[in-house]
Amino acid sequence: MPIHDQGYRRYAGTRAGTGTNWVVITRAGIRTMLAKRAFLGLLLASLAPFLFRVLQIYASANSPQLASLAPVTAETFRDYLDGFAQHLFIFFITVYVGAGLIANDRRANALQIYLSKPITRGEYIFGKLAILMAFLALVTWIPAITLLLVQVAFAGNFTFLVNNAYLFPAITIYAFLEILMAASTMLALSSLSNSSRYVAVLYAVLLFFTQAIYGVMYAVTRSSSFSWMSLSASLSQMSSVIFRQPLRYETPWPVSLLVIVGAIAVSALVLERRVRGVEVVA
Amino acid sequence: MPEAASVVTLEDVTVAYGANRALRDVTSSFAAGAVGLLGPNGAGKSTMIKALLGFITPETGRMRVLGYDVAASPLAIRARVGYMPESDAHIPGMNAVSFVAYCGELAGLPRVDAMQRAHEMLFYVGLGEARYRNVETYSTGMKQRIKLAQALVHDPDLLFLDEPTNGMDPKGRDEMLELVRDLAHNKGVNLILSSHLLPDVEYTCDDVVVMDKGRIAAAGPIQAMKQPRGRVYELRVKTPTGDLEPFTGELRAAGLECHATDEDVMRVFVPGEGGAQQLFALASRARVQVRHLRPSVPTLEDVFAHAVGEE
Repeated sequence: MPIHDQGYRRYAGTRAGTGTNWVVITRAGIRTMLAKRAFLGLLLASLAPFLFRVLQIYASANSPQLASLAPVTAETFRDYLDGFAQHLFIFFITVYVGAGLIANDRRANALQIYLSKPITRGEYIFGKLAILMAFLALVTWIPAITLLLVQVAFAGNFTFLVNNAYLFPAITIYAFLEILMAASTMLALSSLSNSSRYVAVLYAVLLFFTQAIYGVMYAVTRSSSFSWMSLSASLSQMSSVIFRQPLRYETPWPVSLLVIVGAIAVSALVLERRVRGVEVVA
Repeated sequence: MPEAASVVTLEDVTVAYGANRALRDVTSSFAAGAVGLLGPNGAGKSTMIKALLGFITPETGRMRVLGYDVAASPLAIRARVGYMPESDAHIPGMNAVSFVAYCGELAGLPRVDAMQRAHEMLFYVGLGEARYRNVETYSTGMKQRIKLAQALVHDPDLLFLDEPTNGMDPKGRDEMLELVRDLAHNKGVNLILSSHLLPDVEYTCDDVVVMDKGRIAAAGPIQAMKQPRGRVYELRVKTPTGDLEPFTGELRAAGLECHATDEDVMRVFVPGEGGAQQLFALASRARVQVRHLRPSVPTLEDVFAHAVGEE
């Protein structure tokens, strides 16, 4: 009789209940991404706008001359979240993390493995979505909230925070809107193809094409009332509303909000149709 | 927790892909133990398994797996079954042990237990030495084995194996069949083995469900189905013209079944008590020389051919 039988043994341990398996997917996805050096480099680079704003807050708190040149106001936080550099890093992180989330699973036929386990399609989608949302929160919501705390720390009082009490919910709501739109759109595109490269191109085309159409309309009409055609411009319009700043475009903000909600809803529909254990070609 | 003597039951199940009906009013049950799901390509075997897993919603009918209703409790079923898909399937970017452990966690095992069982399963399926290699670098045979490992990691009560020997070399195929047989007969795992390969089913299973064109063509214990309701003979003949067709035509006209096995030997099923005498009489009447006549035991192939009406 062998000392240790390496054959099949029945399992007598505990099993988790259903409904929390998305955590397993998210944890594994985050671990996989953090194991990539190039991605860690990208994450570090994405802190550059944050560090710039930290310097601004420090200078403003310690030098009255600099404070008058670059004062720290609620607009500073809006500009941080809605700035070009920040959008660029969000784009790169969305593409790097999100393009392969479902596309790679489709290429490797992994969906039937996932869905043969006690896990619903909703849990699978939410697990994948949470991976991208976690990394996007790491470069939007978390640094923006940290900036708020940095301001309090450098100022040595709570005056700014008390006078701008709406900033915490504003940062949270805007960051959530931006993260959800980017993550859901990318995940939906990722479910449409087996190639992550193709998905990355699709996402870039979607963003730049909608912006280009708006640009053409603006050039023709000299009116910014067509900003709803661009996803980025719609988001930017919402940032002005949420941070109580003057609106950037003539488009009514409910229309911009509708565009964003529409993009998220269409993404959800696409995911509902594409994430299945078996692909049915009728 | 509901339990049942039959591990799977289907009642009037119809599954359609658009206008094409892949399962047609299927009513059947799968006994505990090892059951082969046999049928030619396109018979509806994989569709049945996918419907039982809840991947496809049938147009009509009811299905129960391990006593649970598929429509009402798909997650409870999936927690207790393992599925080895027909096509290549893995989680990209993972080595074998991470992949199998991940599948264990997805099935509800705690992380430490999942990792421990992943190592055990990889040794059990013969991938112990390759368990730290990326799955994408595996050969076809190794990918088949790892699919079995991921299906087993959470210790399922019922295994669905969809063409488990596809693409394997003869040695690998034998080893895979040995594993399947061991699971069913020594480890107490119920399994449903879908295959179009008769020897695979005959070697590993006790019962068989034969499917053809989306319907159940025959079902029952293999041994009972192989019991002759007549006699089977291996027959080689020489005809005056060299053409066998007129003679086989006469045999069929007399109610005998003929199946060609290789170039000149045919298997002839003689129903009733007629036996060899009837064969000799028919040969004599057709002026055909009988060169070889040997009684034979019906094989599953005969049962299958009879069930699906092949010639």
